[in-house]
Amino acid sequence: MNNKYMISFIAVFVLFFLAYLGTEALGLDVLFGVLIPYAALAVFIVGFVYKVMGWARSAVPFRIPTTCGQQENQLGFRQNTLDCPSTAGAVVLRMFLEIVTFRSLFRNTRMNFREGHKVSYNLEIFLWLFALIFHYAFLTVIVRHLRFFLEPVPKALQLLETVDSFMQIGLPVLYLSGAALLVAAVFLLLRRIFIGNVRYISLASDFFPLFLIGGIAFTGILMRYVTKVDIVSIKQLTMGLVTLHPTVPEGIGGLFYGHLFFVSILLAYFPFSKLMHLGGIFLSPTRNLPTDTRATRHVNPWNYPVETHTYEEYEDEFREKMVEAGLPVEIMPEEQPAEEAEADSPSEEKE
Amino acid sequence: MNDRGKIIAGLAIFIAIVTLPFWFNMGKAAPVPDPKLTAKAKAAKECVESTAYMRAEHMQLLDVWRDTVVRDAKRVYVTEKGKEYMMSLSNTCLDCHSNKTEFCDRCHDYASARPYCWDCHIDNPKGEN
Repeated sequence: MNNKYMISFIAVFVLFFLAYLGTEALGLDVLFGVLIPYAALAVFIVGFVYKVMGWARSAVPFRIPTTCGQQENQLGFRQNTLDCPSTAGAVVLRMFLEIVTFRSLFRNTRMNFREGHKVSYNLEIFLWLFALIFHYAFLTVIVRHLRFFLEPVPKALQLLETVDSFMQIGLPVLYLSGAALLVAAVFLLLRRIFIGNVRYISLASDFFPLFLIGGIAFTGILMRYVTKVDIVSIKQLTMGLVTLHPTVPEGIGGLFYGHLFFVSILLAYFPFSKLMHLGGIFLSPTRNLPTDTRATRHVNPWNYPVETHTYEEYEDEFREKMVEAGLPVEIMPEEQPAEEAEADSPSEEKE
Repeated sequence: MNDRGKIIAGLAIFIAIVTLPFWFNMGKAAPVPDPKLTAKAKAAKECVESTAYMRAEHMQLLDVWRDTVVRDAKRVYVTEKGKEYMMSLSNTCLDCHSNKTEFCDRCHDYASARPYCWDCHIDNPKGEN
């Protein structure tokens, strides 16, 4: 037993029953159906902007792009433009592939000892695979949920639903993304619980979002396939929220409010948690800076103005003394300073 | 290095996407669907099972009916109250609910449920209306 995941698990459990009992026993439907979701969305947006603007204000003292390939050079070696980009276009491509396919995670390896003492590095693909499944399934689930927030439901959304349910398993037809989300969340959770060295670096803030997202997927699947909630009333509630005319229909049931409360918690928790990698990925300096450190000068915004005293200024100050002492100077003073002074002074007066 | 302009542009796009449902529905009323019963359905008072059961489980019922008819060739459904019905979408369900567009479609469209019943069945077998 590890209190880091037990605390997270119990917290998610308690949150569910808070909403379930709050609506079933105390009738706080307006609180859990209208007030908390609005507050959560406000916290999400304001918190997100606050976090990202905090990052935008932070100085980038030097370039720290990671290079994973041959840099641009004049020696005729072919540059790896994707892994060591030197132009903005190539950086955009690298960022796009990073965000869409998680290339950094794919590079993940695991060290093993073979035959006792020989070190070998193996491709460790499952974290990447399940992370990819998890994120895409979650995206699909979120986009699919727009059917509760848009009226009429756009054709593109209906197409997505058709594709997502094309296996036609059961009734109502199984959405593959929902099942994939739950399976991937469970995998990522079990990975943290059962692999010792991953468990060692896992904190409650790693377990809590996994339990929470797992709980969202689980309650959602329960509502659709097992307990059957009244979907028309639910859409009435959600449409009320997005048209700013909140209505709370009767008889939606505590399970839905548990689900909605989970989502509200996720939204409100989002800006203050590791989940902010949604915004942070775009601002990773190791990924979004071109490797042109030798071609362009990166000025550290921290640099305070340094007072300099160049040799030219030094010589101007001490020229006559230097000449008197017989030291070499770059600009010899004029033979007849008096004449020069006469020639110069009118022009100075004009100025 | 200062990319604040780009970052703010990105944030603005993100917020626009997150609040999309609010923009999409702006100034629109979203009427709650109101399925209409035909005179025959009203007269029958109750469907094959109770209204609450039908509302939640009608798709399961139809699915079981289809499998029972097609696979086991059994065509008679006995309700909890002991009444007998022909297991047939066209002849039993649509006998009373002959107004698909005003009954089935109202809720299905609202909830974006697109059952594949109508891939095979015609919605008006008697040719009424």
